[in-house]
Amino acid sequence: MGSKVGAPEKLIVKGKRLDGRKLDEFRPLVANVHPLAKARGSGEFKFGNTHAVSAVFGPKPFFPRGLQDPKNTILTCKYTMIPFSTKERIRPGRSRRSTEISKVIREALEQVIFTEDYPKTGIDIFIDIMQADASTRCAGLNAASIATADAGVPMADLISSCAVGKVDGEIILDVGGLEDNYGDVDFAVATVGKQDKFVLLQLDGAVTLDEFKKMVKLAKEGCGKVYELQQEALKQRYKTGDEQ
Amino acid sequence: MMMGKANESYIKKMIEDGTRPDGRAFDEYREISVKTGVIENAEGSAEVKIGNTTVLAGVKMAVGTPFPDTPAEGVLIVNAEFAPIASPTFESGPPDENAVEMSRIIDRAIRESHTIDVGKLCIEEGEKVWMVNVDIYVTDHDGNLRDAGALAAMAALLTARIPKFDGERVIFGEYEGTVPLNDTPTETTIAKISNNLLIDTTIEEESAIDALITIGVTKKDEICAIQKSGSGYFTEEELIKAAEMAIEKGKQLRKHLKA
Repeated sequence: MGSKVGAPEKLIVKGKRLDGRKLDEFRPLVANVHPLAKARGSGEFKFGNTHAVSAVFGPKPFFPRGLQDPKNTILTCKYTMIPFSTKERIRPGRSRRSTEISKVIREALEQVIFTEDYPKTGIDIFIDIMQADASTRCAGLNAASIATADAGVPMADLISSCAVGKVDGEIILDVGGLEDNYGDVDFAVATVGKQDKFVLLQLDGAVTLDEFKKMVKLAKEGCGKVYELQQEALKQRYKTGDEQ
Repeated sequence: MMMGKANESYIKKMIEDGTRPDGRAFDEYREISVKTGVIENAEGSAEVKIGNTTVLAGVKMAVGTPFPDTPAEGVLIVNAEFAPIASPTFESGPPDENAVEMSRIIDRAIRESHTIDVGKLCIEEGEKVWMVNVDIYVTDHDGNLRDAGALAAMAALLTARIPKFDGERVIFGEYEGTVPLNDTPTETTIAKISNNLLIDTTIEEESAIDALITIGVTKKDEICAIQKSGSGYFTEEELIKAAEMAIEKGKQLRKHLKA
């Protein structure tokens, strides 16, 4: 990848990353419940400068009727990077990348949503990336998970996601902008809460089996931390009078 | 084609009992055949059969403008079409999310293993580079399209030639070299059915899948691409086992790949 224009010489100097983080350190994380007024449920998640907002509508009757599922609700998921979320403008509309990411995010959420509770209906989940600085699908899934819970949709648990990577031969947590562009590996992972259930896995780049094992472990820990933050945010929003 | 709930529970029951409808072991591919040079007008081509699944792949070369951040590198473009001739469930029209996902999974393994020596595909820096279009066309769908598609794409690339270019236009049919390659990645898709892991599912078995994971492996046994699909989950132990299976099966698949 050395031929890429603008690549920094080193991404890790003396055990520290370019933004000063340790190898297993997150960027500042933010989880917010109900940032939007009009959606039934909404959520927000940030990994540093990466910022995702999600809105959930429904359950509502699914149209066209002919495509309704008599036993389940149908999840529709749309991941979008807004045009000014990146250095170079993103052309509005669907891309192959957004189609793929929407699919894997939907499939991850299907694991926890009790779809059989609302037959013949549909739930629309929108994920907008306001600013992209790597790990956007992870931030999007974290926001969508909060939004779905905020909408009151029955769920077995939350989905928590983060990315791990490999740069300059080291395994790192929470891949940031330059590390995604010029690093060797980007591995997006999502788990069902703190359970041993992996529901999203997308790896780009080459790793040995041993490195892969280490990355899975680190990602699992990272997802656990994200989960705590999501839970805390939901508790803050929905605490009862006694707790206030 | 038997589908629906009855089929699903019958498959699950068989897998729980440790057997498959066609009697194969859980880690056994159906018969694999690879034929190259099947389409003369393509710069490279291959037809891969895995059991009754048939996938064609063709490489077409074109001259185009490089991306601004890689001004001296050629460009890889992978596309997959699920043609209506392959299955009653496939419809005409632009690729649906499954076809898009498959093309991106195959693209990922070739790209992330740095298989194509893109630095050698530069004609004029910042102006003209070779675009390597790999099109994957499914003609018979009996399950496991991803492994067949990945194998066909790689087999086609191994036979791909670069046409002559006179500075203005490409002279198809006359060649001045082959597409420079560094690796031969393979992809193996592992399905989870009734808490068992198995490879090379038929369309009959695919109705019972909880989750799928496709793993790309380089010739040095490195993992170079992963994609999980389906609404089920994998445990950490299952993930490691799947990775080991993909590395093991990569050796078998790679025997079918030669220039």
